[in-house]
Parts: sequence; structure tokens; C-alpha cells
Amino acid sequence: MAENTPHLENLLTQAVSGGDRSKVFSRFGKRPSYSFKERFIRYILRSFSWLTISVTLLIIIILFWDAIELFRQYSIFDFLTGTKWEPFGESKKLGILPLVSGTLMIAIGASAISIPLGFGTAVYLTQFANKQMDRIMTPIIEVLSGIPTVVFGYFALFAVTPFLQIFFKNMELFNATSASIVVGISCIPLVSSISAEALRAVPISIKSAAYAVGMNNFNVVTKVIVPSAISGIIASFILAFARAVGETMAVTLAAGASPNIEWNYFIGIQTMTAFIVQISLGDTPAGSLEYYTIYAVGLMLFLITFIFNMIATLIIKKFREVYK
Amino acid sequence: MAKTFNKIRAKYAIFGVLFYSFCLAANFSVILFLFVLLGDVFLQGYATLDFHFLTSYPSRFPDKAGVLASIVGTFYMMLLTALISVPLGIGAAIYLEEYTRDTRFIRFVKLNIQNLAGVPSIIYGILGLTLFVRFMELGRSLIAASLTMAFLILPIVTIASQEALRAVPHSFRLAGYGLGLTRWQVIRHQVLPMVASGMSTGVILALSRAIGESAPLVMVGALTYVAFLPSGIMDSFSVLSIQIYNWSSFPQKEFHALAASAIIVLLFMLFILNIIAIGLRIYFQNKVRGINR
Repeated sequence: MAENTPHLENLLTQAVSGGDRSKVFSRFGKRPSYSFKERFIRYILRSFSWLTISVTLLIIIILFWDAIELFRQYSIFDFLTGTKWEPFGESKKLGILPLVSGTLMIAIGASAISIPLGFGTAVYLTQFANKQMDRIMTPIIEVLSGIPTVVFGYFALFAVTPFLQIFFKNMELFNATSASIVVGISCIPLVSSISAEALRAVPISIKSAAYAVGMNNFNVVTKVIVPSAISGIIASFILAFARAVGETMAVTLAAGASPNIEWNYFIGIQTMTAFIVQISLGDTPAGSLEYYTIYAVGLMLFLITFIFNMIATLIIKKFREVYK
Repeated sequence: MAKTFNKIRAKYAIFGVLFYSFCLAANFSVILFLFVLLGDVFLQGYATLDFHFLTSYPSRFPDKAGVLASIVGTFYMMLLTALISVPLGIGAAIYLEEYTRDTRFIRFVKLNIQNLAGVPSIIYGILGLTLFVRFMELGRSLIAASLTMAFLILPIVTIASQEALRAVPHSFRLAGYGLGLTRWQVIRHQVLPMVASGMSTGVILALSRAIGESAPLVMVGALTYVAFLPSGIMDSFSVLSIQIYNWSSFPQKEFHALAASAIIVLLFMLFILNIIAIGLRIYFQNKVRGINR
């Protein structure tokens, strides 16, 4: 130890008097973040993060750029208010409302399945179930969330629809009901995991206070804990709705390709996503009117889901801050 | 007075039991769905799932069709997607969490990345079709699809890595700076070993999303009838999820069974990925435990 001291002293003196600073602790020398290696790494990492963010910009630019091309040839007013979607005929009718109504039918139908079941699961697992149960159930629900959507499409076509046709004889092979059911099932893990997170974020002190004033278990859950977590729970509902709006492969397989505005769950419909897939599967030449419709429809879809997601993320951020 | 009180109590007791049974039923219906789904797929698909199915190319004749081209295509696409998106996503997360201050702009950027994760995958398909296939003239190739997929999972990889980084206590970093380490040295030697387990799990979960995703690939043009294995990144290719979609949309019943068999193969690949994720988590956790001692 004693032998080292003169050496260190020497170095320190050198550093202070302007000798070779980099040999000493970097704090005494050149500022560490300004060395070439440090700067290089920082620039690389920064460019990576810029690239990640530029994806949003790229999406917006591409969608707007080509959607405008469509609106040069077709009036935007007719596009937004038209009730007929016939992009392939001789006289093209491009009213987006049938696609929007199809999308809403699926999203509402799916929400009717995923919201109560996801919410119930979250409440059960966080409030009523014992630890053992929670430990077994949570991974099982995660498995459900990992199943590809094309598998749900297969399930709708070859399991749900034949089953429903036993009870409803007038149900078509392609119908909105079975598509809604499988999209709903695929959204359950989303609702349950985010709701469970919100429920777990409620501080134990609030729960204890409710028990202290003599409430029973069920009242504590329904009157205190669920209301405390309500913002996070609602955010999960919004996210599920947005997910159902953007869901593609299951509805392409199961809901059919007949855009209509009839709100009949027993017949085939077409959603915005299914239409985009239909166009890209066919041999539509680039530059034709049909080709540009995918950008206009895509733009609608992007705006709807982006706004919903933005609202939900803001709400989730809020509830995290409240209970910090 | 007491009578009213008892009435109220009885009312809430009934309500409570109803609510409890609703939650219980919801929970078990989720499990029921999962088992019916898996059981149905397995019953329909296991008969046609044999060695011949795994080693043949797609065909017009159901008894000759197989999934070799799609399995290899899926594998190559996943490899390329991982090579592109993992360094980008982790790098972006490190920059955002370790190098930036919490300004309003950075908060906006982080919110934006969160929202990107919720953008429907078909939108990424449009992006890939326009940017890679047409604008950069990569054609309907393996690399165009992999780039599209990389963009799709980039926000998911970034968010998972950000969350892992945020979980590291600040004192760890301060200790490093106190010793005179530079920022990169702190990240490389203090922070990254701590987050390796969380990050690798997140990355593999993101990749397992990409493996089943098919909507963007339909847009970018993964073909279904590919009777050769891709030999370079500019080759056309097929993946399992597209093959499943295609066979499901055929009218013939024989192809539906093939679709179910392909689903079993796809789920098996997902299962393998998850096993790897668990293995990596345990491996890195043990490593960190050693360091802390």
C-alpha cells in the first residue's frame, strides 16, 4: 500500500498540472463522454433510436402521400359518406362506410366477448384466487396471447361456424359472429393482463382501510378496489377495442369479403383490414384506382387505432403516477 | 333497524356470490377456449402430420403437399428479422433510458414508441410494400419481408428492453460512475449483465409474435407455392402462417386437415422459442447471481 502511494501522488500531480491526464481516473482527465469511443457509441445508439421513431413518420408520410393520390381522382366527400363499396366494377363506387360498419361490427362483437371475460379473469386472479391458482393460470393465459391470429381464423372457420350452424340454420359459412367470437377470444389476454396490472397497483393500505370499516370481501373488491383501478381497466378496454379494429387474418378468413352496411351478424361482411388483404392478394396493377384505395383505407385504420392507443397509453400512465 | 341492516347484508351477499361466480366462470372459460382450440387443431391435424408432410414441397394434390419450404422460409425470415431488429431495438432503448434526460421531447418519443406497438400489423404491411418492395425495389424477397417484420417488432423489442433497463436500481450506475467508469463502461459492465435475462425474454417474445404474424407478409408477398428453398436474401419464399392461411381458404376439405397439421408445426416452433426464452432467463439470472456474490 505504502509503495503505491508515491506513484498515485505522482499521477495526481501530473493530472492537476496538465500532464498525461488519461492515465489517472477519467474524472481528472478528459471528460469521459468526449473520448472518441464514447462519442462513437453514443452516435450509433442515437441513430438507432432516431430510426425507431422514424417508423411513425414513414408510415404517416407513405399513407398520406398515396391517399392524396386517390383523392385527386375520387372526391373525398363521396369516399367518406358513400354507402356502396364496389371498387372492382366498371363504375367504381368507393364509399368507405360499409367497410367501417363491418369493422365496427367485429370490434363491438369482439369487445362484448373480451371485455367481460378479460375483466372477470383479472378480478378473479388478483382478488379471489390464491397464489397457487394465480401461478398456474397466468402462464396459461399467456399461452393464449401467443397463438397466431391465423390460427384463430382457422378455428373460426372450421370449429366455431359449424358449431353455430347447428343452432342457427340460416347462418352463412362466412359470417360476422364467429369472426367476432375468435377475435374476442384473442383479445382476452390483453384485457386481463392490463386490468390485472391496474388492480395490483392499488395500494394495500386502501384495501386494509376498507376492511377496517367492516366491509366484507366482496364489497371491498367491488366498491373499493375495482373503482380505484377503474382508469387502468378502462384503458385495457380501449386497447382491446383498438386491437379488434386492426385484427386482420382472423377476419379475412372468417368474415368473408362482401362489404355491406346491413348490421346482420349472420351474413358475411368485410372489414377495412380484410379489404386491404384482398387487394394485395389479387393482381391489382400499381397506380390504378384500386391500388390507391389501400392507402386511404389504411390511413383511416391508422388514425382510428393510433388515437385509441394514444388515449389508452395516457390513461395507463396516469394511473401509474397516481399510485407511485 | 336491525331488520333493514340484515336485508342489506343479504342483498350484498347475493351480489357478492354472483360477482364471484362471474369472475370464476370468466377465468375457466378462458382455459376452456384454449383447450378446445388446441384440442380441435390437434384432432384435425395429427393424422396428416408425418415425415412426408415435413419434408415435401407444397402441391396441388393434398396427399403430396408438405411444409418444407415454409419451415425453412420461416426459419430464415426469423433469423434475418432478429439480426436487424434486436440490435436496433436494444440500442434505441439504451439510448433513450441511459443517455437522455427526461425532457418533454423524450417523453413524447417514448409515448410514440408505445403507440407504435399498437399499430395494426397490416399497416406495417403497407409500409413494407411501398418502401421495400416498390421504392427500394427489393421485390417480393426474403429481405423485404424481414425488414418489414423487423419494423413491426422494433417497438416491442424497444419497450421490453426499456422496461428491463428501468428496473435496474440507480445506485448501480452511480457506483460505477463513482469509480470513474465512463458511461459506456457503466452500461457495458454494470447495467447490461443485470438486464440480460429480462431483455432476452422480451426479445424472444417479440420474435414469437413475428413468427405467427401473417398479414404484413401477405402484403409484402410471401408466396404460398414455393417448390425450392431460398438460397439468398433476394429469393422469394414462403412461411408457415401464409401456408396455413392459404390452405384454410381452399374449398377442399383435405387441405383443411393440412392447415391444421401446419398449425401444429407452427405452435411447436413457438413452443421451442418459449423454452429458449425460459432457458436464457435462467442462464442469465444465474450469471448475475454469481456477480453479486
